[in-house]
Amino acid sequence: MSDALRPLIVGAGPTGIRAAQTLVDAGIRPIVVDEAAAGGGQIYRQRLVPDERTPRDLYGSETGKATALHETFARIRDRIDYLPQALVWNVQGKAADVAAGGRTRRLNFSHLILATGATDRVLPFRGWTTPGVFTLGGAQIALKSQGCAIGERVVFLGSGPLLYLVAWQYVKAGARVAAVLDTAPFSSKLHLLRGLLSQPGVVLRGFRYAAELMARGVPVHFGVEPDQIEGETRVTGMIWRERGKEHRLACDAVGYGFALRSETQLADLAGCRFVFDGRDRAWRPERDLAGRTSVSGLYIAGDGAGIAGADAAELAGERAGFAVLEDAGLTVDRARIAVLERKLAAIQRFRDVLEAAFPFPDKWANSVDDDVLLCRCEEISIGQARTAAREQEVRELNRLKALTRVGMGRCQGRMCASAAAEILAAAHGQPLEAVGRLRAQPPIKPLPLGIAADGEAA
Amino acid sequence: MSRILHKDVAIIGGGLVGSSAALALRRMGLSVALLDKGFCGAQASGVNYGGVRRQGRPPEQMALSQRAHVIWPRLKEIIGIDGEFVRSGHLKLARTEAEMASLEAYATRVAGFGLDLELIGRNKLRERFPWIAGDIVGASLCAGDGHANPRLVSATFALAARRAGAEVLEHTPVSHVERVPEGFHLSAGSGTEIRARFVVNSAGAWAGTFAEAFGEPVPLGRIYPSMIVTEPLDVFMTVNIGAEGGGIYARQVERGNCIVGGMRAEPTVDLDFSRPTGSGAVTIMNRAADLFPALRNTYAIRCWSGTEGEMSDRNPVIGFSRTTPNLIHAFGFSGAGFQIAPGVGEVLAELIRDGESRTPIEAFTIDRFARMDQGSPAGSVPEARKRETSK
Ligand SMILES: Cc1cc2nc3c(=O)[nH]c(=O)nc-3n(C[C@H](O)[C@H](O)[C@H](O)COP(=O)(O)OP(=O)(O)OC[C@H]3O[C@@H](n4cnc5c(N)ncnc54)[C@H](O)[C@@H]3O)c2cc1C
Ligand SMILES: Cc1cc2nc3c(=O)[nH]c(=O)nc-3n(C[C@H](O)[C@H](O)[C@H](O)COP(=O)(O)OP(=O)(O)OC[C@H]3O[C@@H](n4cnc5c(N)ncnc54)[C@H](O)[C@@H]3O)c2cc1C
Repeated sequence: MSDALRPLIVGAGPTGIRAAQTLVDAGIRPIVVDEAAAGGGQIYRQRLVPDERTPRDLYGSETGKATALHETFARIRDRIDYLPQALVWNVQGKAADVAAGGRTRRLNFSHLILATGATDRVLPFRGWTTPGVFTLGGAQIALKSQGCAIGERVVFLGSGPLLYLVAWQYVKAGARVAAVLDTAPFSSKLHLLRGLLSQPGVVLRGFRYAAELMARGVPVHFGVEPDQIEGETRVTGMIWRERGKEHRLACDAVGYGFALRSETQLADLAGCRFVFDGRDRAWRPERDLAGRTSVSGLYIAGDGAGIAGADAAELAGERAGFAVLEDAGLTVDRARIAVLERKLAAIQRFRDVLEAAFPFPDKWANSVDDDVLLCRCEEISIGQARTAAREQEVRELNRLKALTRVGMGRCQGRMCASAAAEILAAAHGQPLEAVGRLRAQPPIKPLPLGIAADGEAA
Repeated sequence: MSRILHKDVAIIGGGLVGSSAALALRRMGLSVALLDKGFCGAQASGVNYGGVRRQGRPPEQMALSQRAHVIWPRLKEIIGIDGEFVRSGHLKLARTEAEMASLEAYATRVAGFGLDLELIGRNKLRERFPWIAGDIVGASLCAGDGHANPRLVSATFALAARRAGAEVLEHTPVSHVERVPEGFHLSAGSGTEIRARFVVNSAGAWAGTFAEAFGEPVPLGRIYPSMIVTEPLDVFMTVNIGAEGGGIYARQVERGNCIVGGMRAEPTVDLDFSRPTGSGAVTIMNRAADLFPALRNTYAIRCWSGTEGEMSDRNPVIGFSRTTPNLIHAFGFSGAGFQIAPGVGEVLAELIRDGESRTPIEAFTIDRFARMDQGSPAGSVPEARKRETSK
């Protein structure tokens, strides 16, 4: 029976690797496709060229988990079909289109596990497209895989646990962090005390990052309202308001982000039903605890299924692996599944605490100026979106795209759709879920026109 | 919530056909309800390739197409935006001698209709359009044709109709229509009931059920043409490109993106939407890269497709019902309705106001299929039940 099983896993982050391991342990050979050059995903990303940094330098307190994951992946390497630097750009029925090295081919699968992770949620404000401005993820990738900082005097801005993590990683790596600007008020952090009981390790680690930043003289500001990034050809400074007062700081780079957004386009192409997740302020594929979506044989887990962090990603990946086995009629370790589900549920409860501690900047959608760019691919301003909302009575995101081109460019809305949804909802005072979500279209990332097609592969 | 509206005309389907009819009817002073199950102009009319061409149409469509032809350059005045309409010319390529012969034959066939086709030989083509590669035998240029942005044109026609006083009800699917003594009664989504003297069935690929409900089954199928669009590039493609025998068509918009079509897609789980197949998209991309060297190293950023109604003889149905007075059909544009739709809208308004149109539409009667099926001589078919004179 297991001979006929040909599961395809998209993504070799914590989720994908644990899912693959679970299948391999059951004697099944999955295909693992990952855009990155090496396994590890976002958080446990490996460097591109070896340097003198130790795993400890790269992963800090998470070194143990990172090394364990990398070791697992190395161990199962010859029992999976692994396609690195390969992009799954379309899913249709029981087949996926995969592009790598200038060629594209079609892979048939029996089961599909989407472990595609998440990227930073970006909110535009004045100057956000100035060279020298990065997402937190971008800033972290520069450090982890290339070993270089995004600037000499870096400001980190936004809301979310990653803000402190990335700033701390920069300080650790010897970079100069000019300030950490948290858009949430200090009082919101008191919610973390609630989390001390359920996830003390995570909370204490967070406190440690903040404490070490402060101990090294990095100013940390709360309740920040970003006003603008200064600079013509390169970032020269940052202006923000804090309790009504304007502040200004010289810097040559800014890393920013407002929590994460799941990469869900493949699930959309595959026809999964979506639900609105109030905590993530986003639509995500409907799924059960095991990761089963509304489409039979299709599973989604990890941050791509809703934001829950790296530990949850590993657990959810393993759980999804078991789900494939269960659905294929194979025996599974029930006790282990119960443990996984219990742990996942605990992390879900903790997510509420985190969301309260690192809240979304509610005021942004109504306060950001009209002339700020909303969609950088198509060069559409916030004002153009608001005008369409008002004058053409646009209330829905695909309609906004049709009439203004927001989300129609190179990134297909991966960068701008969250912000566009917030703007559109605010323009009519309607709830965020009412504006809907952009329908995905293949290719989910740009493909060269001259790409060679290899036809069908079994 | 339940409400009842009384209108002169109820239009089922707010594509470009229904929306332009609504606008024309308002300009004549009739009251109109325009109903769409989704957003107006979000189906075929809003997602099509954007080709505004007369070249290639059969002679029986020419009068209608010429009528629409004079509307396109006046969009700004009619709906408030130009819809990115450009009269770029439409260049139809021949890749073989046989295709060239076919272009020549077509030019002869439509010579009397004023398309001013210019046949271009291999060398001249190379000289005038050096950005086209491949072994092209020749081409036919229709300088007056062009292209426009369907996303903007179709939604804005509906908006213009609303501004002109039409009651535009979106997300209001019509579920039932019946004949009542004083006209028609329509039931639509969210408890909307409508009484109207006239009904226009312009429900695109979905129009078949309404025709059938009035005893007029039609061979209406569905097609899903697929498109790809590239990232923005320096403008090089100065005309709208087509090919005799099909397989590829392409245009470049002012912003620089190239839009290329030529393959068919498949419907999604939600049958009202469709999506290109992976191999179909790559085929179009490769064909474009082969034909236009400037595209070889560029990227496709998106592909999409739309749902279009196709008649077995590839001509639309336009005109009065043969079974039901004051019911008018306009659907089945078979992949080529964008250009003619604004003209069709005017024709529909004339049919309602005058009982006839100054533009010949006899070729598009709904009973032409019944005639074929039953083999009955055309002469024995009853006269179209045009317009009741009681009102
Ligand atoms: C900047 C940043 C820092 C983070 N730091 C932390 C942290 O400290 N602690 C924490 O708990 N969480 C952190 N996270 C969240 C982190 O993403 C997750 O916790 C964890 O990495 C999720 O694992 P995953 O396997 O679900 O996704 P990921 O680790 O993101 O892995 C997804 C993989 O799938 C690949 N992929 C996606 N789409 C495709 C496709 N179409 N075709 C082929 N491959 C594809 C990606 O390239 C990637 O390698 C961070 C996230 C970001 C963006
Ligand atoms: C991808 C593609 C490319 C094309 N390219 C070109 C081109 O380049 N040039 C050209 O001339 N033509 C082209 N066409 C054809 C052209 O788009 C169509 O012929 C034209 O738009 C048809 O207009 P319509 O109003 O009849 O249909 P539609 O735009 O489909 O409108 C029908 C409307 O009826 C509504 N409806 C359906 N059922 C109900 C109901 N029960 N109640 C209420 N409303 C209902 C639908 O929601 C829809 O909005 C193309 C078509 C497609 C799909």
